[in-house]
Amino acid sequence: MMKWFGRKPSAESAKERLQLVLIHDRTALTPAEMTALKDELLAVISRHVEIDPDAVQIQLEHDGRTQRLLADIPLRSVSRRRAG
Amino acid sequence: MTAHVITISSGKGGVGKTTTVANLAVALAADGAKVVCIDGDIGLRNLDVVMGLENRIVYDIVDVIEGRCKLRQAMIRDKHLTELYLIPAAQTRDKNAVSPSDMTRLCNELRPEVDFILIDSPAGIERGFRNAIAPADRVLVVTNPEVSAVRDADRVVGILEAEEKRQTGLIINRLNPVLVKQHDMLSANDVLDLLGIQLVGIVPEDEGVIVSSNRGAPVAQDPKSRAGQAFRNIAKRIRGEDIPLMEFGRQDGLWDRIQKMAGGRKA
Ligand SMILES: Nc1ncnc2c1ncn2[C@@H]1O[C@H](COP(=O)(O)OP(=O)(O)O)[C@@H](O)[C@H]1O
Ligand SMILES: [Mg+2]
Repeated sequence: MMKWFGRKPSAESAKERLQLVLIHDRTALTPAEMTALKDELLAVISRHVEIDPDAVQIQLEHDGRTQRLLADIPLRSVSRRRAG
Repeated sequence: MTAHVITISSGKGGVGKTTTVANLAVALAADGAKVVCIDGDIGLRNLDVVMGLENRIVYDIVDVIEGRCKLRQAMIRDKHLTELYLIPAAQTRDKNAVSPSDMTRLCNELRPEVDFILIDSPAGIERGFRNAIAPADRVLVVTNPEVSAVRDADRVVGILEAEEKRQTGLIINRLNPVLVKQHDMLSANDVLDLLGIQLVGIVPEDEGVIVSSNRGAPVAQDPKSRAGQAFRNIAKRIRGEDIPLMEFGRQDGLWDRIQKMAGGRKA
């Protein structure tokens, strides 16, 4: 099969695409529902602490046959908030 | 004797379920086990032609279930292997002619008589699939290293996992080592990472499979065939032997991931 310069091997694309599809199949979460979940989660958290929405990372990952929702939510420091 | 009931399933059609049943049956019987295969694909009978027994059919599974014949009368003996039998699917009925409890009852009647009962599941995850898995002690999921087959296999594994009652194992069929080497086909490791179940064997893409089904003589009987060797190895693993994987490229560490099947066979 043709290989283009800088192009990802097709097996790698297949694996990456399947990883996402299987997580959504297994959790019955569509990409749209996932976006809604992220937005709601951020809204709830921001009610209590100040966060930087652009630095937030929320994703589904799988390890064998278990799925987990991983959230990395950096908090803005309190001292800075008070000073400001 | 208490038979071990193994159902071969996949979700997607055309991945090699019928081929796998015919070959594992032949390999197990050639090793001296007493084996009965059941074609669970009601309305789309196929296992008979793949095994070369299509001209011997008188009764089928629905005749047994509806009491038109004795179980024995629907068991067709193989042409070469005297301890290998087929119970054919009905061709003119549909899958609703059989229920999961019919399958369980039929297998319970057979269990004391044989070593292995291999059930060929139809594609899909509907009634025919439910019938086929109902009596199973173990379900072997067949897939191809290809996106739609892997996705469908994952659905089947998910359903089996939700029931939590039987062992599962994976057979990767039609692996093309050349494509894998040039990174244009998912490797066995990739498929295992994705599906997260235990591997039972890898069968290479092999023209001999098609030639042998033309003849109605499963490739496991051909000592020179690579696919035949792979099926014979899987049969040995089913019997609890530690058989190393054949080499197909890009499979570092794969041996550690293969299902340790010692004790897999029910005493
Ligand atoms: N390892 C293989 N190499 C080449 N062809 C194969 C292999 N396994 C299966 N096939 C072919 O693929 C087709 C579908 O196989 P089959 O066993 O009927 O699939 P299923 O029962 O899952 O629908 C058949 O033509 C069969 O000969
Ligand atoms: Mg079939």
